[in-house]
Amino acid sequence: MSMHSISLTINGKKFEGQAEARKLLSDFIREDIGLTGTHVGCEHGMCGACTVFIDGVGVRSCLTFAVQADGTSIETVESLAKDGKLSPLQEAFWENHGLQCGFCTPGMLICAEELLRENKNPTEQEVRLAISGNLCRCTGYHHIVLSILAAAKKLQGAAQAA
Amino acid sequence: MKPPKFEYRAARTVEEAVSLLQEAGEDAKILAGGQSLVPMLNFRLTRPSHLIDINKVSELDYIREKDGKLAIGALTRERTIERSALVRQKFPLLTEATEWIGHVQIRNRGTIGGSVAHADPASEYPALVVLSDAELTIQGPDGSRTTTWDEFFVTYLTTSLQPFEVLTELRFPLPKPGSGYAFVELARRHGDFALVGCAAQVTMNGKGTCQEARLALIGVGPFPHRSPDAEAMLKGQKLTDKLISEAGQKISEEVEPEGDMHASTEYRRAMSKVFTERALKKALSRVQGGK
Repeated sequence: MSMHSISLTINGKKFEGQAEARKLLSDFIREDIGLTGTHVGCEHGMCGACTVFIDGVGVRSCLTFAVQADGTSIETVESLAKDGKLSPLQEAFWENHGLQCGFCTPGMLICAEELLRENKNPTEQEVRLAISGNLCRCTGYHHIVLSILAAAKKLQGAAQAA
Repeated sequence: MKPPKFEYRAARTVEEAVSLLQEAGEDAKILAGGQSLVPMLNFRLTRPSHLIDINKVSELDYIREKDGKLAIGALTRERTIERSALVRQKFPLLTEATEWIGHVQIRNRGTIGGSVAHADPASEYPALVVLSDAELTIQGPDGSRTTTWDEFFVTYLTTSLQPFEVLTELRFPLPKPGSGYAFVELARRHGDFALVGCAAQVTMNGKGTCQEARLALIGVGPFPHRSPDAEAMLKGQKLTDKLISEAGQKISEEVEPEGDMHASTEYRRAMSKVFTERALKKALSRVQGGK
C-alpha cells in the first residue's frame, strides 16, 4: 500500500494530508479535510451529489482520486456562503423551496453555479440541461429549476446595481 | 463501493507513460478522464495492479487542422471539443456527437482518447472513428503505429491496444464540400447511455445526387456498425424518402443488437431503422446549397 502526500487549496485554505492511491477525492474531502457538505450518493458519476470545482471546473469528486487533486484548488459547497451570508444562488434555493431533503443540494448548487458563471441569462431549457446529470431523490426538480432561474435574475439585478 | 488497491504513477510525457506501463507490467491501466474507468473500479469490475495517470501529459491536449484532417490529441477533454470553434466549423458532426455525451461535468473530465480506447458499444466517439475512417496513432515501446477502426475495435470494451501502448492521436478526414451531417440518439433521459444512435454524413453534388453516404450506428452490436451495403444503395442516387427507408430497413436486417432491461433486441432493431432514417434526413437537410 503506497501513501501519497497531497497538498491542495480547499475553499481558499491550504490543506496537507496523506492518502492511499485508491482514496476517492469525495472521501478525502469528507473524512480527511472534514468538510461534509459534499455528499456521496452513487459513487459512479450518475447522481451528481459529489460535484465540486477543481481549478474552477465542475467535476465528480467520486470519479477523481485524491492524489490527482494534489496541487489543485478545490471549491466545495461550503465556499458559496461568504462570512455567514448565503450566496444569491443559495438564497434563491431557500426562497423558492429548492431544497427538500437536501441530499442532492450541494451538487445542484455547484452545477448551477458553474452554469451561472458562464451563462448569466439561461433559459429554462438550459437550466434543465445543466442539472440533467443530478438526481433529486425527492424528485423536486421543478422548484430547483425555479430557484436557479430566480438566482440568475438576482445576479443580473446585482450586476446592474453595481 | 470503493476502488480496490492499486499503485499510482503519474506521467508527464507519452514516453514516460509507456515506460511506466512497462515497469508496471501487464495488469496496469492508463487513467485518463476516468469517467468510465473509475466507476468500473468503484464497482470492482476491474482490478488493475497499477494506474498510470496521463492527465498531466499536456502534449496530448490539442486540436489542429493538418493535411485535410482534424488531428486531436487523445487527452483532449470532451468539453474542449464541444466548445472548439475549429471543430464546429470544420467537422460539426463531432460537435453534435459530443453534446450527446453524459453531462457537462462528465465532459469536463472525459477525454476523446479515453472514450475510444474504452470502446463502450453505446458511446459516441467510436461511431465517428468508424464513420470517417479516422486514423488512430498509438505509441508503444517500439515507437508509434497507425491503425484504423477495423483493426482497432475487437469486441465489447475490447480493442487491439497492446499492454504497453497508449492511444495518442485521432485524425478525422474532413467532410468534403457539399456534405451534411447528423448525430441522432435514443436514450431514456438525456445523457444516459444510448439505446440506439446513428451518425450520418452525406455528400451531394450540385445536381442533387448523393456522391457518398457514411453511416455508423451505436448500441446495436459489439462496436459501431458500418454498412457498406446501405451506403452503396444511397450512392449515385437521389435521396428520396423511399430510398432512405430502404437503407434503414437494410441496416435493421444487418444489426444483431443484444437485448437488456432497457430495450429488447427487437426494439433496438426497429429503432435502428427509425434512427438511420432520421439521421439521413437531418443530414440531407443540412447540405449547403440545397439537396
